[in-house]
Amino acid sequence: MGRAVNVLYFAWVRQKTGTSGETVEADAATVRALAEHLRARGGGYAEAFADLARLRAAVNQEHVPFDAAIAADDEIAFFPPVTGG
Amino acid sequence: MSAAMSRAAIRIGPEDFDPAAELAALGSAGAVASFTGHVRAEPGLVALALEHYPAMTAREIARHAEEAQARWPLLALRIVHRVGRLEPGARIVFVGTASRHRRAAFEACEFLIDYLKIRAPFWKLEERGDGNRWVEAKESDDAAAQRWGR
Repeated sequence: MGRAVNVLYFAWVRQKTGTSGETVEADAATVRALAEHLRARGGGYAEAFADLARLRAAVNQEHVPFDAAIAADDEIAFFPPVTGG
Repeated sequence: MSAAMSRAAIRIGPEDFDPAAELAALGSAGAVASFTGHVRAEPGLVALALEHYPAMTAREIARHAEEAQARWPLLALRIVHRVGRLEPGARIVFVGTASRHRRAAFEACEFLIDYLKIRAPFWKLEERGDGNRWVEAKESDDAAAQRWGR
């Protein structure tokens, strides 16, 4: 049974996926499982998620490790390490 | 927020800021420290485009402002971070802190800019004559933040 989550992409992750955000239905219990689900779509998604060590993630606007659990309706963001300041 | 919490003003947006006005708004209770960051002029750099994750930026910066207020006896703090397209020399970021004594003002100011660099979700795209390139995160920024012991 899948769960619908809201996924956001920033910086080069957004450029590779070609979208800034979307609703995704996936049977994924963790951020890592969701990333692997997205990678399996191929194309720009496969490029964006090729190396998870280059990515960071947030669930509901908080930094999390890739092993963090996700629930229906969560807002999950994928992005490169931040470069503000 | 406890009643002891100092005034914190946080602004994120494309507008430029006036460092003198920001400093004045921090008051004159003893010690005011500040950091202003500008776009560095580098060969070939035309502009930086700053992108962010607005809902998370607001929460991350507010969380670190609260932590600074809990760790140091601050009377006021101000954080301004610009987004959008900025040319070399343009101001990007301002962090200002006020306390009765200099050490708290200096330390809180450094803590805030160090954490902003590694936690606040901003990304810089360099616009160069020969194309665009995302700025890579620096390990030295992680090391700078780690000395604050978290």
